[in-house]
Amino acid sequence: MSAVSGNVGGGTPSGWEVVIGLEVHAELATATKLFCACPNEFGAEPNTNVCPVCLGLPGSLPVLNARAVELALRVGEAFGFSVPVKSVFHRKNYFYPDMPKDYQTTQYDEPICLTGKLEIEGRHVGIVRAHLEEDTGKTVHVGGGGRIHDATHSLVDYNRAGVPLLEIVSEPDLRSAEEARAYVNELRATLLAIGVSDVKMEEGSLRVDANVSVRPAGSVELGTRAEIKNLNSLRSLGRAIDYEARRQIALVEVGERVVQETRHWNEEDGRTHGMRSKEEAYDYRYFPEPDLVPVAPTDEMRSLVRETMPELPAARRARLVDTWGIAERDARVLVGTPGLPEYAEAAVAALATGTAKDVANWATGDVLAYLNESGLSPEVLPLAPDGLAELVGLVAGGALSRNQAKEVLGEALRDGHRPAQIVAERGLTQVSDEGELGAVVDAVIAANGEAVAEYRSGDDKARKKKRGYLMGEAMRALKGQGNPQLLTKLFDERLG
Amino acid sequence: MSATAFAIAADVRAGARSARDVVEEHLAEISEREPEIHAFNLVLADEARSAADSVDSAVAAGDSVGPLAGVPVALKDNLCTRGIPTTCSSRILEGWRPPYDATVVERLRSAGAIIIGKTNLDEFAMGSSTENSAFGVTRNPRDVARVPGGSSGGSAAAVAAGLAPLALGSDTGGSIRQPAALCGVVGMKPTYGAVSRYGLVAFASSLDQIGPLASNVSDAALLFDVIRGHDPRDSTSIAGRIEPVTATLGQGVSGVRVGIVEELTDAEGIADDVRSAVERAGAALAAAGADVDRVSVPSTTYGLSAYYIIAPAEASSNLARYDGVRYGLRVDGDDVATMNANTRDAGFGAEVKRRIMLGTYALSAGYYDAYYGQAQRVRTLIIRDFASAYERFDVLLSPTAPTVAFEIGAKVSDPLAMYMSDVCTIPSNLAGHPAMSVPFGTARAAESPGSELPVGVQLLAPSLRESLMFRVARVVEAAAQAAGGTL
Repeated sequence: MSAVSGNVGGGTPSGWEVVIGLEVHAELATATKLFCACPNEFGAEPNTNVCPVCLGLPGSLPVLNARAVELALRVGEAFGFSVPVKSVFHRKNYFYPDMPKDYQTTQYDEPICLTGKLEIEGRHVGIVRAHLEEDTGKTVHVGGGGRIHDATHSLVDYNRAGVPLLEIVSEPDLRSAEEARAYVNELRATLLAIGVSDVKMEEGSLRVDANVSVRPAGSVELGTRAEIKNLNSLRSLGRAIDYEARRQIALVEVGERVVQETRHWNEEDGRTHGMRSKEEAYDYRYFPEPDLVPVAPTDEMRSLVRETMPELPAARRARLVDTWGIAERDARVLVGTPGLPEYAEAAVAALATGTAKDVANWATGDVLAYLNESGLSPEVLPLAPDGLAELVGLVAGGALSRNQAKEVLGEALRDGHRPAQIVAERGLTQVSDEGELGAVVDAVIAANGEAVAEYRSGDDKARKKKRGYLMGEAMRALKGQGNPQLLTKLFDERLG
Repeated sequence: MSATAFAIAADVRAGARSARDVVEEHLAEISEREPEIHAFNLVLADEARSAADSVDSAVAAGDSVGPLAGVPVALKDNLCTRGIPTTCSSRILEGWRPPYDATVVERLRSAGAIIIGKTNLDEFAMGSSTENSAFGVTRNPRDVARVPGGSSGGSAAAVAAGLAPLALGSDTGGSIRQPAALCGVVGMKPTYGAVSRYGLVAFASSLDQIGPLASNVSDAALLFDVIRGHDPRDSTSIAGRIEPVTATLGQGVSGVRVGIVEELTDAEGIADDVRSAVERAGAALAAAGADVDRVSVPSTTYGLSAYYIIAPAEASSNLARYDGVRYGLRVDGDDVATMNANTRDAGFGAEVKRRIMLGTYALSAGYYDAYYGQAQRVRTLIIRDFASAYERFDVLLSPTAPTVAFEIGAKVSDPLAMYMSDVCTIPSNLAGHPAMSVPFGTARAAESPGSELPVGVQLLAPSLRESLMFRVARVVEAAAQAAGGTL
């Protein structure tokens, strides 16, 4: 590996190109499972959200959840997919204990969404398809450190069996770990904005598998790919791709071949590991699921989906950058947080004085920090958006310093008190009267002759330090409520 | 023979007879004949008595009771019954108790029917003689040395022996009609989707239908009317209204166009006596005012081949779930895959294993199109050929089974000969059309000319034309009864 040199951004050694395609599984935010009425929820007691259908008991039959179809159509609309008149479920046959029927009901050669695209950094990434399928249960291996090979026995939880998934398969259009992360980021933001999934990678409601291959730069042929699983965060995704690309390049450079296989990312040792000891070619014996009829979305459903599409994240970011004058990075943070752009827009709408940019700064700063700390979502914040507008107005009008505002906002976010009320209660109003401030400045200068002398004789560094000290004394006398800009100006005038 | 279901229900509703008496009478009959016939995997004596008492209380209280009030019904043991073992006559499900009732069972209960027991079948409904049961063969009540047909052999035998006036079976390739013919009772397969499959343990999902067996056409009609109709739990259940058949039963066949299907009647392997029964049934219909002619439905000759691809293919997937992980039999092994294999090896019988292997092969990569794909094209062809036949005919007529009941053991070592038993019934399953078998006299078996055994003729109709089919069946039945033993 030490022979590999000349890393360029993205971690790919020069002379090589890494080619990445991503398969993203998003759990759909439906109330119930894909084929039965059991709740679709995370974290329930094992085997409590189950029924004859999702347990695959003999004689039970699936009935397709119409809401899952509607959510798939929303994805279709958001990424410009074509949604065929009908799509078909197939059975994917293989034995596995956490799959109750020993086949997975999934879409195969006639998926619900065909040929879409997503834009990252001004470039289109092709999406081959998106299809509906059911999730499996979860197996827990007991004993022997939780690994299957030396476990004494295994327990299966079927709560997740039958949870609706949408698998979104990209073209091999991505060329670096950064691009892969950007793609997933944008996909997540969009799925979130259109209400399709809660996209939590840590809880498994968004799962990413990466198909990675390498080829000499300039080559048009695809190399042999490895499929990497167990990527539980964006960070893992990026690290795993970089590692895998280097592993494959090192192999090829010494004349070995890359084996087409599934590899498991290990977050701890930072490597990918081959998952199967023996070469197994699976034959899933797909055939059309005879217990379901083809999915044929009605015109009503299609137009309902079109009419209820919200503004998509990319468009919204562009609009906010354009009309609020905020940086792309801030727009990304704002739009990437569910509910926060709506909150900020409501605050801007309620703004009397101050700018939308000020609102955005508070929203992506203190408000977001509070959301993260409290776990609340913006819709349920005790402080209504017009309260934030009020705060921005107080600062813009000079009644509060930024530091005072920070304190006021902290309390307002926690308790829902109006900023103006907090200011009044604490007597916090900022002193901006030049006469009053001038008297304090004069008194401080008179009482600190030594510091004043040092200021006048000192170099720039010393002067700055001494002025800070004198400012602090003035602020103390003013109980922190002096207008800092005015105080600075008055000291500068008097100290010369 | 005991009273008809119609008569029992009428008497119970009127308070002329108690449901409890009806049940006791049938339980006594079961004690008498069941040891010899073995129609049942399980007799539900206590449950039947208590259900009968509930019906009697309802009648006494003046509450409305359903159309099957107090009528004992036997259920093929592949229909789920809540808390009651449902075995499919397989070791692999021994001891399993479903936590729910099949939709048809719910409908029976709310119609006032009394579930009297679970009947024997070929394991997972795979067979034509009920010899493929893990729990022993069922014998034909007309001649106990012979098979009752299958796979609903237990249900047909129970009705034929008077152990229950009504029974439910399932029909994937003829499993209701062929045993009905061999036992001399009426058996009907509804239009695919006319009766909910929810709670029927699947064999081949695109072909399976639940249907009635009864000693006469009216009783079969009564039972069909109770179980028919949309069920939101079955996605393949037909959304519209399924016409009832009882009310129009007596309307006759004047002007009805009946076509005798040449390929199913004249084929090699159809016994002469069976063929002549079809001709005489046609003549009887003509005498009753129908226009009877012969018709060719060419692609039906490929039905058997297509069926033995499609049905095993679907079965190989449907039966994967019996893996020892969640319910039923488990035979331990060193790891999960070995446990799966050990369980399935010990739990499934030879015919089930044969079909799982056939189906697995037919679906495997590289063979899918040549087998499964080709079979589906044959299916399309059969549907098209039937459609063109139905441009000229209202219903079709053919034999139900090629021969009368054969002797136990006669075909067990020759699967292909056994498969031929369903050659006339399979096309309706592939097309999704309704069809039924009506007894039409008796014939002597070729190998033992001494005994007279029942013959059935088959009526076929287009989708959702059950009411017309039953009208014709009623006329065929009347002709058979009028002729008595002289047919």
